[in-house]
Amino acid sequence: MCGIIGFMSRKKRMIKGDKVAIALDSLKERGNGKGSGYVGYGIYPKKYKDCYAFHVLIDNSPKFEKIKAEVEKVLEQYGTIIKDEEIPTEDGIIEKVHIPWRYFYEVDEKYADKEEDVVVDIVMEINDRVDGAFVISSGKDLGVFKAVGWPNEVAEFFRIDKYEGYMWLGHARYPTNTKAWWGGAHPFNLLNWSVVHNGEITSYGTNRRFVEMFGYKCRLLTDTEVVAYILDLLMRKHRVPVEYALSALAPRFWGEIDKMPEEEKELHTAIRLTYGGAMLNGPFAIAVGTPHGLIFMNGDIEEDTTMFGLTDRIKLRPLIAAEKDDMVFVSSEESAIRKICPDLDRVWMPDAGMPVIARPWK
Amino acid sequence: MIPSYVPPKYKVEVDPNKCMLCERCTIECSWGVHRREGDRIISYSNRCGACHRCVAMCPRDAITIKENAISWRSHPLWDIDARADIYNQAKTGCILLSGMGNAKEHPIYFDKIVLDACQVTNPSIDPLREPMELRTYIGKKPKQLEFDFVEEEIDGKKIKKAKLKTKIAPNLKLDTPIMIAHMSYGALSLNAHLSFAKAVKECGTFMGTGEGGLPKPLYPYADHIITQVASGRFGVNEEYLMKGAAIEIKIGQGAKPGIGGHLPGEKVTAEISATRMIPEGSDAISPAPHHDIYSIEDLAQLVRSLKEATRWKKPVFVKIAAVHNAPAIAVGIATSDADAVVIDGYRGGTGAAPKVFRDHVGIPIEMAIAAVDQRLREEGLRNEISIIASGGIRCSADVFKAIALGADAVYIGTAAMVALGCRVCGRCYTGLCAWGIATQKPELVKRLDPEVGAKRVANLIKAWTHEIKELLGAAGINSIESLRGNRDRLRGVGLNEKELEVLGIKAAGE
Repeated sequence: MCGIIGFMSRKKRMIKGDKVAIALDSLKERGNGKGSGYVGYGIYPKKYKDCYAFHVLIDNSPKFEKIKAEVEKVLEQYGTIIKDEEIPTEDGIIEKVHIPWRYFYEVDEKYADKEEDVVVDIVMEINDRVDGAFVISSGKDLGVFKAVGWPNEVAEFFRIDKYEGYMWLGHARYPTNTKAWWGGAHPFNLLNWSVVHNGEITSYGTNRRFVEMFGYKCRLLTDTEVVAYILDLLMRKHRVPVEYALSALAPRFWGEIDKMPEEEKELHTAIRLTYGGAMLNGPFAIAVGTPHGLIFMNGDIEEDTTMFGLTDRIKLRPLIAAEKDDMVFVSSEESAIRKICPDLDRVWMPDAGMPVIARPWK
Repeated sequence: MIPSYVPPKYKVEVDPNKCMLCERCTIECSWGVHRREGDRIISYSNRCGACHRCVAMCPRDAITIKENAISWRSHPLWDIDARADIYNQAKTGCILLSGMGNAKEHPIYFDKIVLDACQVTNPSIDPLREPMELRTYIGKKPKQLEFDFVEEEIDGKKIKKAKLKTKIAPNLKLDTPIMIAHMSYGALSLNAHLSFAKAVKECGTFMGTGEGGLPKPLYPYADHIITQVASGRFGVNEEYLMKGAAIEIKIGQGAKPGIGGHLPGEKVTAEISATRMIPEGSDAISPAPHHDIYSIEDLAQLVRSLKEATRWKKPVFVKIAAVHNAPAIAVGIATSDADAVVIDGYRGGTGAAPKVFRDHVGIPIEMAIAAVDQRLREEGLRNEISIIASGGIRCSADVFKAIALGADAVYIGTAAMVALGCRVCGRCYTGLCAWGIATQKPELVKRLDPEVGAKRVANLIKAWTHEIKELLGAAGINSIESLRGNRDRLRGVGLNEKELEVLGIKAAGE
């Protein structure tokens, strides 16, 4: 189960958040009201555009102030909080077991050469060490909003319609292997990587132990978290070109590799040998929002945000892609896309394990 | 002569109503249990090791072997074994020898671990209809891949293409994660080795030479053979090193950690003398340590020397016995240019070991795999080196569990011998193996047909491979990479908290 929807404007036109909520609401039967979430890219005003926007879930308990102070202590170690506030929410819709708080934040100049590593360290430190607080979003000019509830409830609760973004991802959850809690809802985010996922990662134990070797700490109790960390490791830290990184997640079968020309064979063998621990197994369809500065296969540095969809190698979960003018969509079901864009130029079902990569037009 | 006070362990009976006096049993039994006296067969039960050769070959099903149900006063501390050992040592004044692996009733952790399977939310995968990948590469892997970006002109457009910069070191390609362990030519017969060699070639996997060198009849299979360099350096020369697909340095062995080996002179026939490069009839003694290795730095030097000698074309493995310090040693091995660490658990077999070592020294392989894998991960080294586990792997579920605990592949020794007919009678050190496996006596060796033996061993590997595919499919996994170190797919039954912690698994129901 689980329903996913993602879309982006290749012209980077701003689209109101109610669109993603409407589309996701039509997938509500793929969830069970135990978790829904959204991520919008480009949602923050110019003033905070270049700041890291930390969205933190803090337990709504008498210890709230103490936990918040702990979070701020970690943040202040490495930089400056430019502004912080409670994320605006609508009362009376869902039980507010956590208070969502956001910090617009700048990393100290002395860390300029490893700014993103510092942000990753902050996320890991808060998630691992601060009892009662979890960072659910840590990118620039983007934000994750998630909670336990139906898609329309979570959208209403976070007033998603008040935000505008050029790329949105949404997720309706049907938890199957871990408990339903706010932090376990999707999207999972690290820096500018945001992942929504339909399925179950049966290789989770291998994947988790693989990323742990590189300092990541999986503390959100859901298998999807590890996907965000793998992407960060492969594409940001190891600078593996995106197509090859996705090939590490859903590698070509040995039977296919054996038939490749020599150079390609060597490359894909090297990917499987080096990144076997990053291979995702089990049923999955994922949609991912990606960050600035990707090196694509053609070597150009893409300075714009990108989205991709990817399924497992034998396609045990559905994924539909579609295009209309400057818009690209991926979703679990075509109906969700047509709900917000009835006339599509092209609809297709991506092959098993083959990524759909949507990049902005230049 | 001091008489033995130990009563026979088994009782052998030949039913005179069924026996047709063909005397086959008298020929088949290499220990001389049966003898014809007049019109009946007399059996000396005290010579019997329950190898079943006579039973299997009797055309009239006339022979019965039972445990000798002689009464001993029962005692919780002074059990029969303890008393029998004392009688034997009081008779001989010698170290007690034994074969095969640890025979104590310690917990078998493999049997206290159960596997997970998919139900509904994550579909199981049907290996008959979907690809199921067991291919495994053993050897050094890079920490990360690096790419060069090269400008190429395609259709008049200049496009930067990513080219792989990293060169992958030579790895062994296994079609199944099951290899045959190192058992030396000398301990085993040539026909046993030929059976293994033909089987591994057919199955796309590898066998080890053990420390006995590589006999010429095995040369055609050399690209499926891992040569061993042990402390005795038997048979080691450039040709030997270049011939195999990989090299293994043996530091220790699960059945006898901390000691060397001994092949009695009577087993050193002309062929073995030529292969081991020692005089015919002389004892082949492997020292306890390598006399050029007294530190991890010395080991690193030997690894590099072997790599230099083979032009850096062959992966080099290092085998150690599973002991409590194995994780730290494995870290040293991982930083020494070695390509794989082999860990041999205390249930690992042997031709001959002092019984006191076999039963009391070392640790279970399950614990060792988990601890070594965990430590290598903590050091950020796990991805760069392979782990091969051996010692007491009895079935495909053991292979599966070993890989889920953290191994890349396993070696099987006793199981491969059992496929050839071995009864685990534990008397390999006598050289009288009635099945032609652990012997050099030509009349016994010829009992093992290498073609039939190869078929049986290949069948075993293939059967386990099928079962592993089914288990993987049930776990919703279609590639062995996703099983490696995937302890989430395991649960412990009847284990205490500390044992669960060392194994890194949850309790059943969690």
